[in-house]
Amino acid sequence: MKIYVPIDAAARALGSDEVADALRVELQKQGVEAQIVRNGTRGMIWLEPLVEVDLDGTRHGFGPFEPEDAPALVQAIMARDMAAHPRAIGVVEDHDWMKGQQRLTFARVGVIDPVSVADYEAHGGLAGLRAAIAAGPEKIIEEVMESGLRGRGGAGFPTAIKWKTVAGAEGAQKYIICNADEGDSGSFADRMLMEGDPLCLIEGMAIAGIAVGATQGYVYIRSEYPDAICAMNDAIADARRQGVLGQSMLGSQYAYDMEVRVGAGAYVCGEETSLLNSLEGKRGVVRAKPPIPALVGFLGRPTVVNNVLSLGAVPWIMEHGGAAYGALGIGRSKGTIPIQIAGNVKYGGLYEAAFGMKLGDIVNGIGGGTLSGRPVKAVQVGGPLGAYVPVSNFDVPFGYEELGAKDALLGHAGITVFDDTADCVKLARFAMEFCAVESCGKCTPCRIGSTRAVETIDRIAQGDSEAIETLKDLCNTMKWGSLCALGGFAPFPVMSLLTHFEDEFTGPGAARREAAE
Amino acid sequence: MTRTSPAAEFDSESIERLDQIIASHLHREGPLLPILHDIQAEWGMVPDDAQPIIAKALNLTRAEVYGVVSFYHDFRDHPTGTHVLRLCRAESCISMGADDLADQVCRALGIGWHETTPDGRLTLEPVFCLGLCACGPSAEFDGKLVGRANLAKVTRFVQEARA
Ligand SMILES: Cc1cc2nc3c(=O)[nH]c(=O)nc-3n(C[C@H](O)[C@H](O)[C@H](O)COP(=O)(O)O)c2cc1C
Ligand code: SF4
Ligand code: FES
Repeated sequence: MKIYVPIDAAARALGSDEVADALRVELQKQGVEAQIVRNGTRGMIWLEPLVEVDLDGTRHGFGPFEPEDAPALVQAIMARDMAAHPRAIGVVEDHDWMKGQQRLTFARVGVIDPVSVADYEAHGGLAGLRAAIAAGPEKIIEEVMESGLRGRGGAGFPTAIKWKTVAGAEGAQKYIICNADEGDSGSFADRMLMEGDPLCLIEGMAIAGIAVGATQGYVYIRSEYPDAICAMNDAIADARRQGVLGQSMLGSQYAYDMEVRVGAGAYVCGEETSLLNSLEGKRGVVRAKPPIPALVGFLGRPTVVNNVLSLGAVPWIMEHGGAAYGALGIGRSKGTIPIQIAGNVKYGGLYEAAFGMKLGDIVNGIGGGTLSGRPVKAVQVGGPLGAYVPVSNFDVPFGYEELGAKDALLGHAGITVFDDTADCVKLARFAMEFCAVESCGKCTPCRIGSTRAVETIDRIAQGDSEAIETLKDLCNTMKWGSLCALGGFAPFPVMSLLTHFEDEFTGPGAARREAAE
Repeated sequence: MTRTSPAAEFDSESIERLDQIIASHLHREGPLLPILHDIQAEWGMVPDDAQPIIAKALNLTRAEVYGVVSFYHDFRDHPTGTHVLRLCRAESCISMGADDLADQVCRALGIGWHETTPDGRLTLEPVFCLGLCACGPSAEFDGKLVGRANLAKVTRFVQEARA
């Protein structure tokens, strides 16, 4: 008998460690033999801690679970009556939230013991790597090309083209670097994959290594993710022991090994060239491009830099073929996207689906609207550099170009929901303050402009509506005069708020605020 | 309101430990950040006295090492209080009332961001997203994550640690 209690950071933040302890005590007390497995999260964060009992191969869920629910669960197990427990949600796979998804990258997350190669393989893991070893570099790149996979880190650059450039570059040592800096608020898919199925990322990186001829890789994980760091380290260690990583991967002619590196609390280090500087032990200042990292990357050598989700999609693509992946989605947004629904939302979590769902269906249908029960005002899509999308644009399909057409950004596919109490002026101020705090300092529009913008928004908040033009000018200068998307895109959330909620910056809204102060 | 550093005096034992840390990373490509992380884990800060020693070992100038230490929010040149409370200030948590929570916590503790209580027991730090955005507002107390944080939950942790 196996009982699953998630070890995912979100589950732990909601008390899953205490639940695991209580279950252990209770099992012993009632003399029931059962093994507690610490799995990842299924992504239904509102149900966490979500305990699962495997009864004759079917997994029954119970959540949100409190330590006090443990005695009744053990009794239910003894009676083999799962529905008897007050927290029962039924068979987990049959839950509406699970059934509506197409879990390709996240198929094993929440299902398996994350750091065990044996369990990984028992659930279909390593099939992609085996296929890649059989196919060889050129065929791998062809498959990824056919899949239409684009970078999930934000820029949406075709993954296969990047790989082709690195494969064709001269260099005795090349690198695969995984960008796991995931600094965007509203995003947690990278974290969830690294904690729930780290071997999937390892497998994806190993396949990339074969494709471009790189024998060494690094995962750059933000320091705010200690659980992910730990899971990745454990999984790498087991992968080495089992011969998945090393001089001869799975007994093949291909060598590949990798290491975890930890960031140090700088958002800008998610930008790929800043990340490379940081890995090299320098200040995380953005580098001018060209040269592109594919040719002159880590330590000046040819380097693939890809997001966790880009690399994590690759094992499935290699196992099932690029065409199968590319058959999903809309327009130029192919395959599936792990949507993260966050903020003031009733059913928050991770939902992997083919591109193309309408934003409103995601927010109101899947997410169930706000947690507060108040009307949705807007959602911010794509993190701190992404636009706020008002309800009037909720018919936009979830895709790169489709969101772009609304001056919005897919980014890392995180959606933050706000109810009607959200203060748009404050949110605009936050966007610019964040940019000022996190700027790498290389260009003036970003470094100084963001600080000026904060001051200008303060003036607007005090009722000076003439400052709005100044703010627009500043946004324009930042947009066109910044080297990277931190300074270049910080105006997007601000401009979107100004455009869609103008009266909060002028007119009655501003006056009301003034009166309140 | 941070305390003056007790670790500022770098004795021979400290230097020996520092040399060990440096040596354990020297074989790496880009060893500086791993070294700084280990130093901070050991001393709770990156002591000024360590910087010239690191610089020499890595063939860098002291200014280069200082430049790196000062660039990253994580690295401190002063110690924190015995305990550290971090509150998330980013958008998803804002949507769940993080600003109000922060105000309440600041008032309850009588300190602001980056400050330490007068008894030296607790430092309050902001953090921009802990990846718990679907169960915000989020907090972290000495590494322990807290989802759906509120004043009662946060103060319970603080009091338990102080007891
Ligand atoms: C300020 C800034 C922050 C970024 N943060 C991240 C991040 O946390 N993770 C990520 O994968 N990409 C991030 N990016 C995008 C990277 O520069 C890069 O495009 C990406 O890692 C490439 O991988 P992909 O093609 O697989 O998306 C960021 C870019 C900017 C400008
Ligand atoms: S836009 Fe900002 S973060 Fe980007 S390079 Fe310029 S100063 Fe650095
Ligand atoms: S925004 Fe607070 S945890 Fe992500």
